[in-house]
Parts: sequence; structure tokens; C-alpha cells
Amino acid sequence: MMINRRTSAIAALLIFVGLISVALLNAGSLGNFGITILSGLFQGMLLFLVASGLSIIFGLMDVLNLAQGSYFMIGAYVAYDAQHVGGLVDLTSTIPDPNVRFIVAVIAAIIVGGTLGFILERGLLRLLYSRPVFQLVLTFGVSLVVLEVIKFIWSTTPYSWTEVFGVRESFFQLFDQRFSTYRLFVIGVGIFLIVAIAILLRRSKIGIIIRAGVEDGEMVQALGINVRAVFTLVFTFGCAVAAFGGAIAAPFLGASTSLGSAFLLQGIAVVVLGGMGSYEGTAIGSILVGMAIAVAQDAAIGTSFAALPSITPMLLLVLVLLLRPSGLFGSAR
Amino acid sequence: MSNILEVRDIHTFIGQFHILEGVSVSVPTNGITVLLGRNGAGKTTTLRSIMGLTPPARGTVTFDGVTLNGKSPHAIARMGIGFVPEHRAIFKGLSVRENLQLAEHRGGDFARKSDFIFDLFPDLKRLIELPGGNLSGGQQQMLAVARALVPDNRLLLIDEPSEGLAPVIIEQMIAAIQRLATGSSVLLVEQNFRVAAKLAQQYVIIDEGRSAINGDISALVQDKALVQQYLGIGTS
Repeated sequence: MMINRRTSAIAALLIFVGLISVALLNAGSLGNFGITILSGLFQGMLLFLVASGLSIIFGLMDVLNLAQGSYFMIGAYVAYDAQHVGGLVDLTSTIPDPNVRFIVAVIAAIIVGGTLGFILERGLLRLLYSRPVFQLVLTFGVSLVVLEVIKFIWSTTPYSWTEVFGVRESFFQLFDQRFSTYRLFVIGVGIFLIVAIAILLRRSKIGIIIRAGVEDGEMVQALGINVRAVFTLVFTFGCAVAAFGGAIAAPFLGASTSLGSAFLLQGIAVVVLGGMGSYEGTAIGSILVGMAIAVAQDAAIGTSFAALPSITPMLLLVLVLLLRPSGLFGSAR
Repeated sequence: MSNILEVRDIHTFIGQFHILEGVSVSVPTNGITVLLGRNGAGKTTTLRSIMGLTPPARGTVTFDGVTLNGKSPHAIARMGIGFVPEHRAIFKGLSVRENLQLAEHRGGDFARKSDFIFDLFPDLKRLIELPGGNLSGGQQQMLAVARALVPDNRLLLIDEPSEGLAPVIIEQMIAAIQRLATGSSVLLVEQNFRVAAKLAQQYVIIDEGRSAINGDISALVQDKALVQQYLGIGTS
């Protein structure tokens, strides 16, 4: 088992070094290289916010939540809406300070995402716990419904961010290159969450229950723990984190109807590549896939191969699965 | 003598299969009762039906005067029933300490019981920070039993505690179960007739999903024909 973990770590490190080398070769200058790295980490952190929920929910409940991307998208729309003139809940006049408004909008997105996650688990998923295929179809159906509701409320026109607030507008200078502070902020938040959730899983009682539930949910019940209540909590938390991801991604990516499916697919790639149900696999997988996308985006500039960045997560996934069928940190099931 | 557990004519289905077709078991307060029977007779399913893991479709299960039918497994466990399943079900990725803490019904249960548990299974004390997956089969069995002792359980359901263990470990396990049975009632499933005869006072034989016969184990030990008929083994 120890040897297995070591080879997992070495494999992940090799992929990382490979990606960095390609980025360095492509970059030409240290400034460009820095941009690729920063962009890779930024996308990796956003991916983590979708994939962590996907991974923990799958590990604990055996539910592959195909609506996870939709919660990310809901977060983006709610955050956009609250911060712009003419939105459904337009906060621009109530909260004139854009920095405060940004924070309030992010919190609103978390609450909306968490509430909708709670409703999905309690109201729909719970009825289908003995029927895995039905759950898959259900969450897929929910993602379609969410998409249509979003189109109805906000139309199909993509929104790009116009609102100005401090951290989004500030830049810092390195290697003669301007870097966005906002990307750095998102990376910081992502790293904080990776560590915080890891500590929660390691140290807290609820973390011990979750890790035990991933192994054997029935035995956890037989020890007197209400596993269903833990399912609800974890599902709600997972959806809230995804909505949070959407909300902090919106200032960069805007809000559009393609966000949900794009992040769901990349999130699934991360979870499978990292090893189903492995938290560290998901965290490391997110960073690897984010870096790979950034490297591909850089490489695709000036070529006619514009689709390269969007197929990169799947290419990386295929590569990893060929070498390790259960994913980087997955145990054979 | 009052009974802490009364199982009355339960029928349990797993999928379409009618596994239990009328099982009745009485477990007296204090002492050890053993379920005997051939492989596939329905002993494990009886324990799982009591825990609510495979809820019986008909019949009643009464624990200390309270009907358990329709209750969820966690609610049944909280009433004071400890479950030591077949194959131990140790959480391999959790440390021994975490395995034990998980079984707490109230904060501090493990701290209060640790002296008793380490006295019963001294090995666990030095293994406390190791992952459950690193333990040997015997150590895992000790942990599985210890886990059921963390909360104040009044009844323990123990499935095949001697399975796959070396003879010297089996002797330790017998001694431990005898000691813990002084504080709570035990319903045991045991294939090893010698172990069963040593531990239990009462027995119930389950045959093809039905409880066939029950009584004092001392009488069963004498009745070689009966043992041969239902268990297909000699008593020597």
C-alpha cells in the first residue's frame, strides 16, 4: 500500500514536470511562462471546487451527481445578477460599494447553491438510494431543467463581466509582465479550501464519519450513525462549494449557459484521473488538469487547432487510465 | 428469567429470495445464546434482520419491550445493540483509535471505556494509531468486538468471531467474550461447534431459514444424533 502511494505521487509529479517543461519550452520568456502557470493554477482551483463535491459525494453516496456543473453555473449567474444593473436582484443601489457587493454576491451564491443542493438531495435523490441508474438519470434531468430555467431567467446571451471592484482591477508586476491579482486571489482561496477540507476530513468527527462511510456505509449505520443525515450535509456542502466556485469564477469567465457542461466534463475527468473517491487524488488531479488546459491554451495560440484546450482534459485522462486503470490515487474496486 | 430480545417468526427477503421463513429466537438477559446451523441456513441474515440491515417483511423483533420493526439501523444501534459483523468490517483507512471513536454514541464513551477495552484486548493499546488495514485478522477481530463495547450496549450480536483465526487467538477471543458477557447479553453466530459449546448456555438451531430447535447447550452436546442431523458434524 505504501509503495502504491509512492508510485502514485511519482506519476503525478512526472505529469506535472512534463506540463511545466512544455510550458517553459513554449513560453519564450519568463513572463509568459508565469502567465501560463498562474492561469493553470487558477483553472485548477476552479476545477477543484466542482470536482471536490463530485468526488466526495460519489465516494460516500455512490451518486455521480451530473448536476454538479449546474450548481457552478447557478453560482456564476447569481453572482453576476446581484452585482449588475438590471439584474433580478439588483444590489447596485442597495450596496453601492462594489467590493462589499462582490462579497455579498458570493455569499448569496453559496446560500442559493446550498439550498438547491439540499432540496435536490432531500426531495428527489433520497427516494432513489437503492437505484443507482435512476439517480444518474435524475441528476442529468436536473441539469437540463436548471439549464432551461437559466435560459428563461437570463436568456441565452452570455454575460461578460463589466462591474469594477478592487481585487479584480488590480495587477502586479513580475518578470516585466503584468499579472492579475484576482487570479492570485482565487488560487489562494482554492489552496485554503484544499487544506481546510483535508483537515476537516482528517481531524473532525464528521470527517471520520465521511471517510468511514466511503469504505462501508452500512457498518457506519450499524454503529448508530445516521448516514442519511450525513449524506444531506455532504451533498448540500458539495453544491454550495460548486456555486461558490461559479461565483468567484464569474468576474473572469462571466456567466454563460455553457459553463455547466464544460465544468462538469472537466470535473469528471479530474475525479476519474485522480482516482474515484480519493480526496488527495481530486486535489492533485484538479491542479494537473488545470495546468494541462493552460498549457494547451498557450500552445493553441496562433495555430488553427483551437479545440485543443477543451479536449486536453480527456486526452490527459486517457493517458492516465492507460497507465493506471483505477486513476492516480484510486484503489482498485 | 426475562428475555432482552424476542424474535418472533420473522420472514426476510433479500431481493426475490425468501431467506428467512420463520425464525424465532429468545435471548435471555445476561448470558450467551448461540445460533447454530449449516452454511446458508440464515444465521447471518437473522442478525442482520435484528439490526434492521435486512428488515424482516413479517414477524416482530422486540428489544427490551420495544418493537424494532420499521426502525432504521442507526436507531436500533442507538438503543443499545452492538453489531460485530461477519468479516469484521473494520474501516481500513481509519486508525484503530478512529475506528473506536466512530462507535461512540456520546462524546467521551471511548475515554470512559478504554481501560476495560485495553484490559480485554491489550494488543489494541500499542496498535492504537495504526490504520485498521494494517492489522492482522485476529487483531481486526479484536477491534471489531472492542468497537461494539465502546457505547453502553446491552446486547451484542457477534457473527463468527472465530472465523479464520489461529487456535491461540481463538482461545483469547473465547476468554474475552466470556468476560464481556458478564456485563451484557450476547447473541452469537458460530460455526465452530467446540467454540460455541464452550461459550454459550442456550442455543437455537436454524435450518433452511427456519428456527428448528432450541434449548440448553449442555443437552445438545450430549445429543450426538441431533448435532449430526442439523449440523452434519461430530461433537468430538
